[in-house]
Amino acid sequence: MSQATLEIRAISGHAGSVPGAGVRREFEVCKLIDTTTCIGCKACEVACLEWNGLSFSETTFNNSYQTMPETQWNYWNLIKFNEHEREDGTLQLLMRKDQCMHCEEPGCLIACPADGAIVQYVNGIVDFQQEHCIGCGYCVTGCPFNIPKFSPTARKVFKCTLCVDRVTQGLEPACIKACPTGCLHFGTKPEMKALAENRATQLRENSGFENAGVYDPPGVRGTHVIYVLHDASNPELYGGLPKDPHVPWTVSFWKGPLKWIGNIAMIGGLLGVFAHYLRFGPKVESADDETPRPGGAASRPATREPGNRP
Amino acid sequence: MSSTPLLANGRVLRYSFRERLVHWLAGFSYVYLLLTGLAFWSPWLFWIAVVLGGPTVSRELHPWVGLIFVFATFLMYGMWGGQMHETEPDKEFWRALGHYVRNEDELVPSAGRFNAGQKLLFWGFFWCGILLLLSGLVLWFTHLIPWGLRYVRYTAVLVHATCALLTIGLFIIHVYMGTAMERGAIGSVIRGDVSVGWAKRYHRVWYEHLLRDAAARK
Repeated sequence: MSQATLEIRAISGHAGSVPGAGVRREFEVCKLIDTTTCIGCKACEVACLEWNGLSFSETTFNNSYQTMPETQWNYWNLIKFNEHEREDGTLQLLMRKDQCMHCEEPGCLIACPADGAIVQYVNGIVDFQQEHCIGCGYCVTGCPFNIPKFSPTARKVFKCTLCVDRVTQGLEPACIKACPTGCLHFGTKPEMKALAENRATQLRENSGFENAGVYDPPGVRGTHVIYVLHDASNPELYGGLPKDPHVPWTVSFWKGPLKWIGNIAMIGGLLGVFAHYLRFGPKVESADDETPRPGGAASRPATREPGNRP
Repeated sequence: MSSTPLLANGRVLRYSFRERLVHWLAGFSYVYLLLTGLAFWSPWLFWIAVVLGGPTVSRELHPWVGLIFVFATFLMYGMWGGQMHETEPDKEFWRALGHYVRNEDELVPSAGRFNAGQKLLFWGFFWCGILLLLSGLVLWFTHLIPWGLRYVRYTAVLVHATCALLTIGLFIIHVYMGTAMERGAIGSVIRGDVSVGWAKRYHRVWYEHLLRDAAARK
C-alpha cells in the first residue's frame, strides 16, 4: 500500500503540467466511517491530536457530548452529535466523525491561487502544504464541507491530512488505528465502497433502516472519506452533512468562464489600444486651437459647469 | 492684473498640487493592487507576487494598500464628485464618440473641465472601489465569517474579480489616453499645467469659463 502514494495528480495555482502525472499504476485510498457502529467515544479525536502533535484546545459545553461546535485549525477530527427525535417519538443519537472528505473534485484546490499550496495525490489524498500557503483563505470559500480553517497565529490554513505521512509508510490513519468498535475502516476505494454497500444492505434488510445507504457524493465526483448512514436520504441530520455538495458555483464560475472572459478582455483591451494608436495615432495639441466646434463655446454660453476651477 | 488665467510660464493651471497628489496616491496604490491582484488571478502571473517580495507579503499588503486606494478614491470624490454630473454636452459627446475615437475633434462637442469619458472613468472607479472595498473586507476576514453566512463569501469572490476586471478596462483606456493618445495630458497631472492650445482643444468650455472668471476678477 505504500508504493508511490505520493505521486501528485493536481497542484493548486500551478502553471503548466503536473510532473509525472499518470505515469504509474496507482490505487485510490479510502476511509470508511460506519456511523451505525460509532459509539461517540472520541478516541479518534484524541488519536488525531496525538499523531499530528496538535495541542489540546479549549472545549465548549452546549448540553451535548460534542467537544466543540466545528473543527478548528488545530482540531481536525470532531464527532458531531445530534439527538434526533424520530417520527415515532423515539430518540436516536446520531454521531458522525467530521473531517476532511478528500474530494475527488476538491473545491479548496480549485480556489487556491498559491502554487503548490494544495496538492492532490493520485491516491486521492488532498493535502495542504503550509510552506507554500499564503493564507488568503480562498480554500475556506471553495470547500463545501466547512473544513479548511485559518490559523490567526500561523496565518496559514490547516486541515486533516488523512495522515498522509502514515499512509505512505503503509499504515492506516491514526483515527482508524484508535477506533475501538471497528466503525472506521481504511483501504482502497473499491474495497471500502463494497464494504459500505454490504453494510448498508444489511441495515436495510436485517435492521429495519429502510433508508440506510452510502454517502459518496457525486457532486464533488465522490470523496475519499465515505459514510454509511442509517438514513442516507437525510444526511443533514448528521451534524449538517450536505445533501448534495458541490464546489460553490461562484467559485467554479470565477475560476472557469470568468477567467477566460477576463483574460480575453484584458488582452483584447491592450491589443485594442495598441491598434488604435497604429491606426489613428495621438491627438496632438496645437499651439493655439481655434477649431470651431458644433455647439461649441462660441454658440453655447458655458453656464452648465460653473466653478470648475482647479 | 489677473485678467488672464495664465500662469507665469504662459500655461494654464489644470490640476492643483492637492489634486495631483491624490491622483498619484490612487495611481500608485492601484498599480500595486493590480499587479498583486493579477498574481492571485492566474497561476501564469503568480511570478509577479514572487518579484514583489513573495506571495505571502503580497497577500498581507494587498488589503492594506487597498485601504489606501479607497481612501484616495474618497478624497477624489470630495474634490471632483460635484464636477462629475452628466451634462447635455456629455450626451452629445457619447453620440460623437466615433469622431472622438478617429481624432476628428472638430466634430466633438466642447467639454467642460471634465469630458464625458473622464466622468465615466471617475464613476466607474468610484463605484467599483466601493464594491471592491466591501468584497475585499469579506475576503480579508474570510475566516471570521460563520458557515451560515457562507453565501457572503461566495458572492465576494465573484464581485471582487468582476469589479477588478471592470477597473482594469477603465485603467487601460485611462493610461493609454493619458500617456500615448492625448499628448500633454500626462504633464497636466504631474506639473499641473497645460498649454492654452490643449485647454482650448479638449476643454474649451472650461477654458472660456476661466477667461470669464479672470475677467470678472479684474
